[in-house]
Amino acid sequence: MAMQGAITAGRRTRWTLVDIVVVVYALVPVLWILSLSFKTKDTLDDGNFIPRAWTFQNYADIFQTSDFIRALINSIGIAIIATAIAVVFGTMAAYAIARLDFPGKQFLVGISLLIAMFPQVSLVTPLFNIERTLGLFDTWLGLIIPYITFALPLSIYTLSAFFREIPWELEKAAKMDGATPGQAFRRVIAPLAAPGVFTTAILVFIFCWNDFLFAISLTSTNASRTVPAALSFFTGASQFEDPTGTISAAAVVITIPIIVFVLFFQRRIVAGLTSGAVKG
Amino acid sequence: MSSAVTETPVAQPRPGKKGKPALSEGKKAERRLGLLLCAPAAIVMLLVTAYPILYSVWLSLQRYDLRFPAQQKFIGFANYAAVLTNSYWWTAFGTTMLITVVSVAIELVLGMLLALIMHRTIVGRGLVRTVSLIPYGIVTVVAAFSWYYAWTPGTGYLANLLGPDAAPLTQYIPSLLIIVLAEVWKTTPFMALLLMAGLALVPDDLLKAAAMDGANAWQRFTKVMVPVMKPAILVALLFRTLDAFRIFDNIFVLTSGANDTSSVSMQTYNNLLKGLNLGIGSTMAVLIFITVAILAFIFIKLFGTAAPGSDTGGKR
Repeated sequence: MAMQGAITAGRRTRWTLVDIVVVVYALVPVLWILSLSFKTKDTLDDGNFIPRAWTFQNYADIFQTSDFIRALINSIGIAIIATAIAVVFGTMAAYAIARLDFPGKQFLVGISLLIAMFPQVSLVTPLFNIERTLGLFDTWLGLIIPYITFALPLSIYTLSAFFREIPWELEKAAKMDGATPGQAFRRVIAPLAAPGVFTTAILVFIFCWNDFLFAISLTSTNASRTVPAALSFFTGASQFEDPTGTISAAAVVITIPIIVFVLFFQRRIVAGLTSGAVKG
Repeated sequence: MSSAVTETPVAQPRPGKKGKPALSEGKKAERRLGLLLCAPAAIVMLLVTAYPILYSVWLSLQRYDLRFPAQQKFIGFANYAAVLTNSYWWTAFGTTMLITVVSVAIELVLGMLLALIMHRTIVGRGLVRTVSLIPYGIVTVVAAFSWYYAWTPGTGYLANLLGPDAAPLTQYIPSLLIIVLAEVWKTTPFMALLLMAGLALVPDDLLKAAAMDGANAWQRFTKVMVPVMKPAILVALLFRTLDAFRIFDNIFVLTSGANDTSSVSMQTYNNLLKGLNLGIGSTMAVLIFITVAILAFIFIKLFGTAAPGSDTGGKR
């Protein structure tokens, strides 16, 4: 920094103010939905930021309906399976891209980049028809497959950046000692890459968890509808009852995993996002 | 790929890498392993994108309405003519473009500010970085509902601020502003993170030298930081622009496309799931694909070598 001098009280105060502005800006919508979720039916419309009368009724309500629980199970299952497959395939490809020399590498990198920029909606119509024909429409697999596809570029970019930071000598030494490239990968590189793989898994999970377009287009019943899609149907379903409180409670519930990830793995998420996107 | 090691030449001498002589056994094994490792990813990606896109082109050339399956037939470019002469499509296209340009411009400014704050703050850096990641992680639909309720009279503190009868989400301009606000709120952290990675590349010495030479803060920013960060800025802009063009979730929740606030993605979704018109839906899908390809092409032209992937030779 240009001014490394003593940190004056004035500068400290100014930075504190700036930081407070940032924190408030980032949290306002989250706090608002949290506030709505704790309001009673009577106070829902008072517009107060802090609820006057607190209740857990909204949470009790959503967990009493099978719809929400079913959607939650769908979301968790689909996101975890898609993440696992995308990360395994992504790790294999990223290792090859970062470490091995083979024909078609540029092609794969190019394809990944294209898909990362791909308009998802362009796939929705053809996939809708293909999945109906194959019987995949409104099934877990029908969502898992597109999720894997869009998660792969993310994992390939992020992981190949991680792989490139692992010292190459270790692998060479393993090969020297008689390990095949496959063994060198499993025994030496994979354990070192574990933190990168974990980070990638979080990013991919967030991506799958957040998806709305596929979830709403490629499902039609609660057999496979994920929470973001289910949320938007709360509105239409209950015409005579204001669903605000229950939507808010459900929204808070699906936000919790993300907040937990962010709180515990902030450093890793930042590293993963930036290395994948910029150094990639 | 032969220059794969230029970035860290000392650390990564690659045996059997130089020259073109006949492939050794190890080399062949390496190739086989490489192809084998990449095959699953490549197959999935091609199967789920290339084939559907081609199929989409095929569908777009037909009259294909699931409500009238008997009338299905090949009609050439008639769907394109129908979409491209339809004012709804162009309104949605204009709206999408407008939202994209305005929100990305605001995000760039806010993202740069946030990046500088995260990079420079002397108090609570960890806290600021953690908290500003939250919008990135939040499910877009959840955030959209929060904004929706905030701007709905009665449940909303923000709508109430505007006065007792204000219902901004029922009017065109206010709706657009709220959609942009929701988009900007959600994605500024992502922009900021990419820019922060760029900021980290700016050498402190350079800034010190510039300060010595009498450059003020603004000059240091425009003359030293921005040029060094240019690749990061362009990457961030490319990703955000293409992402913003796909806007769907926010609009779906905030206005469901009322008052001409539909995006092209919404239009496609409506034609597909509400109209069950695969022909028209596919036509729109292809048009969106072409638009995104053109946008990406323009960016990559602007980028030159800064495009991610274009410089792989030097980095991998």
